[in-house]
Parts: sequence; C-alpha cells; structure tokens
Amino acid sequence: MAPAGPRSGDAIFASVERVNAELFTLTYGAIVRQLLTDLEEVDEVNKQLDQMGYNIGIRLVDEFLAKSNVSRCVDFKETAEVSAKVGFKMFLGVGASVTNWDAEGTCCSIVLEDNPLVDFVELPDTCQGLYYCNVLSGVIRGALEMVSMKTEVTWLRDVLRGDDVFELQVKLIKQVPEEYPYKDDE
Amino acid sequence: MIGASKIKQYSNVLEKPLSKGKQEVSLSAFAFLFSELVQYNQTQVDNIAELERRLEDAGYAVGARCLELLCHREKVYHIIVKLCVMFMPFWLSQGNRRETRLLGILSFVHSTVWKVLFGKVADSLEKGTEHEDEYMISEKELLVNRFISIPKDMGTFNCGAFVAGIVRGVLDSAGFPAVVTAHFVPMEGQQRPRTTILIKFAEEVLRREARLG
Repeated sequence: MAPAGPRSGDAIFASVERVNAELFTLTYGAIVRQLLTDLEEVDEVNKQLDQMGYNIGIRLVDEFLAKSNVSRCVDFKETAEVSAKVGFKMFLGVGASVTNWDAEGTCCSIVLEDNPLVDFVELPDTCQGLYYCNVLSGVIRGALEMVSMKTEVTWLRDVLRGDDVFELQVKLIKQVPEEYPYKDDE
Repeated sequence: MIGASKIKQYSNVLEKPLSKGKQEVSLSAFAFLFSELVQYNQTQVDNIAELERRLEDAGYAVGARCLELLCHREKVYHIIVKLCVMFMPFWLSQGNRRETRLLGILSFVHSTVWKVLFGKVADSLEKGTEHEDEYMISEKELLVNRFISIPKDMGTFNCGAFVAGIVRGVLDSAGFPAVVTAHFVPMEGQQRPRTTILIKFAEEVLRREARLG
C-alpha cells in the first residue's frame, strides 16, 4: 500500500485537538510578564524567550513530522515552504508565507499576517527593545536544528513596534550531517 | 529597519476591534507553552510551595483579564442581537449583568469561564459540607494536566495551581476575594486522580452575602 501523501496544514489543523486561542494568548502574556519581573533586562528576556522557544522547537518537530507526513525536503527552499504553510497552520492555526529569497537560496523571510500570541498586547515605553514573539524564532531554530540545519532567525518586522506584519528572517548557516552516536568499527 | 513603517498602527490597543473569540490554536501548542512555563518556574524556586505560588500568580493574571474580556464581549453580542431581532434600538445592553451573588459568580466560573477557556463546562460544582465558605469545582482531567505526570518526589504538587490562579483572578476581579487551591482526589476505578479546585471565600464575602439575604 502506498504511503499517504503529505497532508495540508488546514487538514491537520482540523484533525488535531484545539483550544481557545485566548487561553494561549493570555498564558503567553503571563510568561512574558513573569520573565520581565524576574529578569528586568529586556535583552535577557529576549534571550530567555528564544531559549524557551528552542526547547519547544526540538520537541515540536517530532510531532510535526509525525502528523504531517511530509517526505524529506530536497532543499532549504522546500523546508521553508513546508514550515510556513504546514507548520504554522497546524500549531497556531494561522497561515504564513515565504518571501524574499536571496540568490543562493539560503535566506528567506517568513511573513505572518495574523499572530495569536499578540492579541490584546501593547508594548509599554519601558520595554521598547522587547521582541515579544521571540519564542517563535526559538521554535523555528530548534525545530530546524533537529533536522540537521543550523539556522539563524531574526526579526525584520514586528507589529508591536509599528510595522504592519510580522516578518522573520531565516538564514541557513550550514547543513550538519547526521552523526551516529556510536562508531561502526568498535 | 524594524519599526520603520507605520501604516496600520492603531494608536491604542484598546481601539482595535474586539475579536469574536472563536480563533483556536492546537492543543499541543498550548501544552508545549505550558510545559515551558512550568519548567522555567522550576529553575526559579527551591521548593514546591513556591512553585505552586508562582504558577498561581501566572494564572491570576490570566483570570483577571479573562473576566474583563468576557464581560466586554457579552455586551457587544447583546446589542447586536437586540438590534437584529427586535428592530428597536436598544442602546443599553441588558445581557451584561455584573454578578453580585455568590452562586451567580460561581456558576459563571463553572460554566462560562470554563467553556471559553477549556471548551466545556466544568464537571461539577459542589458546596463544602464541613465549612460554610468552601466550594469545589471538580474536573476529571484538567486540560493543563493532560500531558503532565508528577514524579513521586514532588508529593502533592499539582500544575492545576495555574487553573486555581485563573479562578482566583476571576473571583478577585469580580469582587469576591477567595483563597483557591487545586488538589488531586483519587477515585476508585480510575487510573488518574480527579482534580478539585477548592475555593474558600473571605469573611467579607459571606457577610455581604448574608446581608443581601
């Protein structure tokens, strides 16, 4: 029997269990507020959010691969497309698009119109350096690292800072070949 | 450059239109986020009581905002319903009642708040038999605890402290100060224990309730 083909983001999102986005939004807000109280420095909070996202990403990618049935991506272009179209849709329920490819195909932008993390959020003047959604950059970095791609993810545009959409730049640093944890000849 | 374009910027987040609240995210996204919340707090504390308190504080913030959101949203809906159905301009919203009685707020938490946050009403709402000021909301399996197992050395720790915090936030913001805790209650025939949210109202709430008759 031929294996089932890759499923679309919408189909998977419809089949997984879902919760109200507001619970998600408010919980994330509580996390950011706790971090701001504990760490006080906006840069520290950004780093911590990224680290949390990384921890989520390394486990999230397993679920993503299991539920979405995608085959091995041929190149980074396909990886970015799949993560944006299927990945974001299946976890956050929002579609993302991939734009701004550079000449070598190693750097692109993922654009999010809608973001459930930032409903009801406004950045106060004291936190202007905060990347509120930094957890997303950590998630992408962690997930891609588990599939052997070392990447660097930065924010290009952020709605909370006055832009109209969220734009993440994902840059492939290198492909790390899979290493076996044991040696063959020993 | 980030923040350079200011095309669609509402001057105030309060001026943005209020969403209908129907948007959803996957359960696993929430579960991952919640696990990170717990893990981060574990690094910040030395003992279990402190961990529960921090989770409760996080939940308190969620609860307070949830109450405001639900009250605002209900008001909007009622104006629209009245206009459409009766073709008469009801500028005053008649549906948005502020709960002033104990049973009213408890049933609001048990039904409305639970339905919005967790997708279903809570399993049961009971009055404590030993003390006048105690009420219990029980749930067979709290949404937040679904993917969590507590190691033996953590004793009676319950991540439902987050939900207890949410309930405390709602009650406090509605004018019913209370102490709210989450407990595991083992049930025969079930592998996982039931979770009970114990609500102990403050003196002033009971006195006010008695005065209202």
